[in-house]
Amino acid sequence: MFSWCCALLLATGFMFIVGFLVVKGYRGINLELIFADTRLLDAFFLKRQVFGGLFPAIIGTLSLILLSIGFALPLGLASGIFLAEYASPRLKSFFSLMVDILAGIPSIVVGLFGFSITIFLHHFFSSQIFPCLLISALSLAFLILPYIIKTTQVAIESLPLQVRLTAPSLGATKLENIIFVLLPSALSDIVSGIVLAIGRCAEDTAVIMLTGVVATAGVPRSVFSNFEALPFYIYYIASEYSNSSELMKGYGAALILLLISAGLFALAHWIKLKIEQKTRFGY
Amino acid sequence: MLFKENIARIVFLSASILSAVATLLILGFMILLSLPVLETGMIWGILTDPWSPDHGRFGILAMIVGTVYISSFSLLISFPISLGCSFFIQIIHPDSPGRFLKLLVQLMTAIPTVIYGFVGVFLLVPIVRKVFSYGSGMSILSASLMLAILISPTMILFFSQSFARVPKRFLDATEALGATSFQKLFYVILPNAWTGVFTGLVLAFGRAMGDTLIALMISGNSVVLPSSILDSARTLTAHIAMIIAADFDSIEFKTIFICGGVLYIMTSCGILLARFSVKKRVR
Repeated sequence: MFSWCCALLLATGFMFIVGFLVVKGYRGINLELIFADTRLLDAFFLKRQVFGGLFPAIIGTLSLILLSIGFALPLGLASGIFLAEYASPRLKSFFSLMVDILAGIPSIVVGLFGFSITIFLHHFFSSQIFPCLLISALSLAFLILPYIIKTTQVAIESLPLQVRLTAPSLGATKLENIIFVLLPSALSDIVSGIVLAIGRCAEDTAVIMLTGVVATAGVPRSVFSNFEALPFYIYYIASEYSNSSELMKGYGAALILLLISAGLFALAHWIKLKIEQKTRFGY
Repeated sequence: MLFKENIARIVFLSASILSAVATLLILGFMILLSLPVLETGMIWGILTDPWSPDHGRFGILAMIVGTVYISSFSLLISFPISLGCSFFIQIIHPDSPGRFLKLLVQLMTAIPTVIYGFVGVFLLVPIVRKVFSYGSGMSILSASLMLAILISPTMILFFSQSFARVPKRFLDATEALGATSFQKLFYVILPNAWTGVFTGLVLAFGRAMGDTLIALMISGNSVVLPSSILDSARTLTAHIAMIIAADFDSIEFKTIFICGGVLYIMTSCGILLARFSVKKRVR
């Protein structure tokens, strides 16, 4: 009985949050919200900057995701492989402690780290360096790195022993085994981990707040410029909106962000279901 | 061939080293940048004084207390609910209602924190203001309620994992003896799974402490020591986010690195504690 109540309480709490956003926000979602009064094609080909719409924020979030996944993916994959296949038990427990700590660091501290690196570079290398898209992406990469390492490691380690040992026993080297057997068989698991990491990138606000996001910047022109991002826009509206139409845009933006993260979650879940099917009939 | 193998090994190893170095580097930067303040011997003052920059006092005690209050309170709210939910998922209804709830909980982990904050500002804060008709509604209570929703998925997933490890014959035996499900939970499951429950609690506490956006948006951010749960308070994370805009050379600015260091150390201790209890269980 008690646990029924708990389950219902949690579910209603969640429904309230989502329902509130949907009821308040659905009217706000239209093309004007995203592109304001700029023509669609002009916006897409960057002929004209979009003012007052969410288009720059969406582009900013997208480029942030691409850049930070680009930094974190090779590093995370390589360390995950090392932890799963090469490391000795002692080395493994040390590295996985480090990964756990990195995963536990509050995102604002990671942002502060990015910010202090900017100051450092500004002082010692060039006074041209300011908080920018590149620094944000690098700091975000640190934030999602532990997730990628963990998923890669767990994905490889949870493969059945016969899959892990067949190729080496046939004379394949360790590297060949990794490239041709382990990675392909663990791929869907790793991919769904990456999708979740993308979700973290899309939602995080604290890191970018300290490393170069601003309220109005337009579409970023280079990796060294300021940028806009959806989550920061939502935060900004919540704290300094001045009229109801701005507030309406905030609701719209929140709903779009919610849809994006729910979509990413659904994608990851779908990939997982696919592997479950595959493992049931395969191997 | 051997050459290629070695190269691969070195690449994988250096990626892992790089990730470990990143973890330590963050701590290093926090300490390095707070050194100028630490050297002046103000450390005791900083940890105990009130925060009033105009009078040359930069204590962060109120923020530490605020952090501890808000995260403990949210833990207090969400612990029983999470316990009930995981009991529901794992023991009472492992069939479709439980699976549905589990899916919902997993979806909740993907919801951006800024959305919780946004809904908090426009839905929860007015409710709290009306119900208690005290202050602005931006209070420890509102922030803890929202944080409770944020951290409960972490706890639920961890709890139900550890419940699943309780041997099935124990449960069958209890049931055969005619125990109620309440007795089952308190006398059989909890004693058997308490390390897992403890680990989940510690991790959830770390997550509550590390969250920036909810506290920043709905806890009101006052720097006075809070005296009731309806007072507003400021957390360390929100403090960092607010002070970052100040002058680079001021002492205010330097103290935020101490905040970062404190947060880093607190969360790392949590991780160490969690790992320690897991190891003990394995033995």
